[in-house]
Amino acid sequence: MRPNVIEQLIDVAPGSPIAEALAARAALMQASQANYDAVLTPQDPGGLPQPLRFALAARIARLGGDAQLAAHYTAGGALPETDASWQDAATTAILRHVDLIATTPRDATAADVVALQAAGVTTGDIVRLSQLIAFVSYQLRLIAGLRLMGATP
Amino acid sequence: MNDVVHDFTADPLAWRPYLTPVVLDDATLAQRAALQETPSNTKISDYVLVLAHDPESLGQRTPLFNGIMYGRGGLSRAERELGATAASVVNRCIYCVSVHAGRYIGLAKQPDVIAAVFDGTETALGARDQAIVGYATRLALNPPQATGDDVRALRAAGLSELEILDLTLSVAVFGWANRLMHPLGEAIRPREA
Repeated sequence: MRPNVIEQLIDVAPGSPIAEALAARAALMQASQANYDAVLTPQDPGGLPQPLRFALAARIARLGGDAQLAAHYTAGGALPETDASWQDAATTAILRHVDLIATTPRDATAADVVALQAAGVTTGDIVRLSQLIAFVSYQLRLIAGLRLMGATP
Repeated sequence: MNDVVHDFTADPLAWRPYLTPVVLDDATLAQRAALQETPSNTKISDYVLVLAHDPESLGQRTPLFNGIMYGRGGLSRAERELGATAASVVNRCIYCVSVHAGRYIGLAKQPDVIAAVFDGTETALGARDQAIVGYATRLALNPPQATGDDVRALRAAGLSELEILDLTLSVAVFGWANRLMHPLGEAIRPREA
């Protein structure tokens, strides 16, 4: 079985009630890892290269208050903060969108999609970006819940 | 456009994308393969056709979503829908709320629980519903605000560890779904039949 990033980031005691619950949901944990692969290391990254994806994922994890998950992504080959491409119009628009959707998705409107399009982000890349933001938001909530279950006697 | 819906409802709504959906006749092989992971007995929705712009993610997401919401054992289907609804209220995904509040009511026959979620008055509910809605609401916030007290309330209300994991999965997968459906389109009143 492939290593599962979520289970690597939580401390599950063997034989504990959580370990049993996770074993009952092993197919869903494997499907979660398959989704990680599809959004972080896709075969066709479109206009979102893998180092940018890892940097954005680290940012989403940080905005979600999970320093350990952020460190996982930073160590996974994230685009360095000093890279010149952060200054591109498209990348600037992408960062603004990441911050909005990760933290306050309720405030999103049609104008936010138009802003991405105006900066030259293609339809395919808007969908790829949306899946990346949404997946990491899922992952950090699943990790948060599992950690709470484990830490609460 | 004046057919857009901004208020929570459990009545059926439609969804209008901000992006052009993939046209099936023009779909690539990868897009066609990903679309086969969706129910084949209904017309493919505009939502799925928008997501088909990224076929790798769509193809993996559909089985995970279905497993979390409809998998056997553990938390009841109704209570998974309640967690999904509470998360969707936090994220104001009006369309997601209409679908999943409607499903909860269809399964549990308790519209009063949904009314309390819409009003933020879940403390008036029974201990089990209150614990589920409270945990779901706080886990859906960013950063997540759920605490050990929320987990203790779930256990005290009788939820097993597997049920708490299933609830966590349903809230988390709506942290995902809400971030697709609300930013990429809007809820509209369905056309008159």
